[in-house]
Amino acid sequence: MSPKRLVPGHLWWVFATALPLAFLVCFFLWPVLSLIAVGFGIGGAATGGATPGIGGFVEVFAQERTWRVIGQTLAQAVCGTAISVVLGLPAAFVLYRLEFAGRNLLRGCATVPFVLPTVVVGVAFTALLGPGAPLGWLGLDQSFLIIVLALAFFNVTVVARTVGGFWSQLDGRTEQAARMLGASPARVFFTVTLQRLVPALASSAALVFLFCATSFGVVLVLGGRSFSNIETEIYRLTVQYLDLGSAAALSLVQFAIVAAVLVVSSRLRLRLEQANQMRFDSGQAMRVARTHLPALICFGLTALLLHALPILALVLRSLRDGTGRFTLVNYRNLFAPPADARLNGSVIDAAALSIGIALIATSIAMLLGLLVALVASRRPRSGLLRRGLHAFDGVVMLPLGVSAVTVGFGLLLTMHQPFGIGIDLRTSVVLLPIAQALVALPLVVRTLLPVLRGIDVRQRDAAAMLGASPLRVLRTIDLRVLARPLGLALGFAFATSLGEFGASAFLVRPGAQTLPVMVSQLISRQGAENYGMALAAAVLLGALTASVMLLAERWRGKVASEI
Amino acid sequence: MSEDHTDASRVETPGRGLSVEGVTVTYAGAALPAAVNDASFEVHRGEVVALTGPSGCGKSTLLRAIAGLEPLAAGRVAWDGENLASVPPHRRGFGLMFQDGQLFAHMSVAKNVAYGLSAQRAPKELREARVAELLELVGLPDYGSRAVTELSGGERQRVALARSLAPGPRLLLLDEPLSALDRALRERLAMDLAALLRDTGTTAILVTHDSAEADLVADRVLAMRSGRLAP
Repeated sequence: MSPKRLVPGHLWWVFATALPLAFLVCFFLWPVLSLIAVGFGIGGAATGGATPGIGGFVEVFAQERTWRVIGQTLAQAVCGTAISVVLGLPAAFVLYRLEFAGRNLLRGCATVPFVLPTVVVGVAFTALLGPGAPLGWLGLDQSFLIIVLALAFFNVTVVARTVGGFWSQLDGRTEQAARMLGASPARVFFTVTLQRLVPALASSAALVFLFCATSFGVVLVLGGRSFSNIETEIYRLTVQYLDLGSAAALSLVQFAIVAAVLVVSSRLRLRLEQANQMRFDSGQAMRVARTHLPALICFGLTALLLHALPILALVLRSLRDGTGRFTLVNYRNLFAPPADARLNGSVIDAAALSIGIALIATSIAMLLGLLVALVASRRPRSGLLRRGLHAFDGVVMLPLGVSAVTVGFGLLLTMHQPFGIGIDLRTSVVLLPIAQALVALPLVVRTLLPVLRGIDVRQRDAAAMLGASPLRVLRTIDLRVLARPLGLALGFAFATSLGEFGASAFLVRPGAQTLPVMVSQLISRQGAENYGMALAAAVLLGALTASVMLLAERWRGKVASEI
Repeated sequence: MSEDHTDASRVETPGRGLSVEGVTVTYAGAALPAAVNDASFEVHRGEVVALTGPSGCGKSTLLRAIAGLEPLAAGRVAWDGENLASVPPHRRGFGLMFQDGQLFAHMSVAKNVAYGLSAQRAPKELREARVAELLELVGLPDYGSRAVTELSGGERQRVALARSLAPGPRLLLLDEPLSALDRALRERLAMDLAALLRDTGTTAILVTHDSAEADLVADRVLAMRSGRLAP
């Protein structure tokens, strides 16, 4: 677009860029940066532990524990990513290259594990592998393996969907050419297909690494005393020791890791988009044959053992009481908690509040995500503007990787009479939907943006040449195409808001608990009755998010999301 | 701008119609030679001019520059003597038909054809009548309710032509409109296109690499080689 043509829509674009940026600056950058500043003793004394300033920074890194935590974070992320990729590849093949009855239903279900709340999955894994659980004899409770498996639970489907969407459009004739040159099917797969899948594999692996390295709920619930990551360590330092200096230092380490991964991931995503733009004939789905057996078995085992089994264990155990008898008492307790539970209101009250807050968070995330996606999908001619858009896209992605714990604590720190307004935002529940919207925003953008970027530029040219003004082009071309991924984006936004745990853990008020926070509190208490309620509440939370996601799945058309 | 442009008097007075004066288009930030170098020519009202040349010679870029879709590095594009530099593409009153049609896949055939009329806020009755008229003209009556995705290659290009003609552009720019089609179909459609442009008195520039097609459709043929118009 030449600068001249920008003028009519100029103000609109300024607004569409400024609103999300202002939101991010107020509720994300400012809180996070001030938390770090306080940690370094700038603008307020740091409390506890390390000495403020650079000296404190050095002190933190002199500790062996810091390096152990960083090492554990990286090890968990690397192994979680590796397992996700290895198990995701056969799943991508089965779900996107084969044709069989029920395939579309299975594809739809594949969005669910990713959005299941971390506390639900954590509780489900302990229900299967924890002490006294059916598979407790495996001794996996509070082990490295159980954390990595739980991380893979979420992310196998991320790989399967990203790689599968790409794979389904690969023209099969290249493989046929290789076959005709005398290569065996296995050789064709390793020398041709796998090479062609590299852009999709690399891009999804970077994203999965990011998710694994910043996971909070899973590591908190499953890690116990022996395992932690940077995220849970920040939580421990701030909540238990009020050691903001060390927490800030760790936040910076996490920033560095996240920024590095985001840079790598955006490079890789660019390559994937370029690869996507090559015109493919949509590949032919194949009927199931004997040679597909290894992939089918691997996919089946993943779905059954990794995904279905923990959930099944969770549901079954929620239907038993402390002595092992089948009963609905755990569910009855959700409505009317036993007198000695000392709960602030019933679990059902928390569920209702959670839904209301998640609805507000979804509206915020959808509005901002829509604006961001529209802005970031422009292709201005000026190199400066293009670089600016790239940076904008990057800033919006930051909440994806920055510790939700940091965000939650930062909000708590800064929202006492913010901007000189005489209202203490911390005492109201407004901060909850804001924090949840921050977490959901990157997912909304990543769902909408590829669809917008997929619009041929000449479609907009064609509309303009028929006399459509820039705003009309936006309305009749961009927004019409956006109608397809809108359902999926809504589902992602609502499900992640509903299950958000890291930031919400800081922001809930007495009498205003969200469901995930309630589950984590119940699980940490003693007594079979509390544990039973935790299981039932986890089932309720999981069922809510899963059904929202499945509804969204039904609504959407054929869309390849990047998640 | 519905009828007055197509039926305007075709008196060929100088300055009546399109004039391209010393137009140069460069690619941003590249040390490459200019895509279009100092091109000058005129198209009088009612005239059909063909731009021919090998692929990559800059003819499509020149066409997009006239449309306002590519910024000019130098020179000017004018209609009836009025410089169009500050007029955005959607206000130039020009139509552009793409090589691959660029139909809007999320709209029916009728909605595609009516798109330009809706942008002009033409009343519904007029829109429907004009859509019917144009579909008749391109030989696809009763295709209005079909989905664009069901059409064959030839049918798509006919719909694209109807769509570009519907708003009554004062100049129609045709960017290799037939080159994606097979030979037999191309020859038949070229004849249809020639007749249609003549019957409607449309002023047009046809970009093509097929000189036989250019001779058949156009009143005058300009040749282009590596960014320059042949003298």
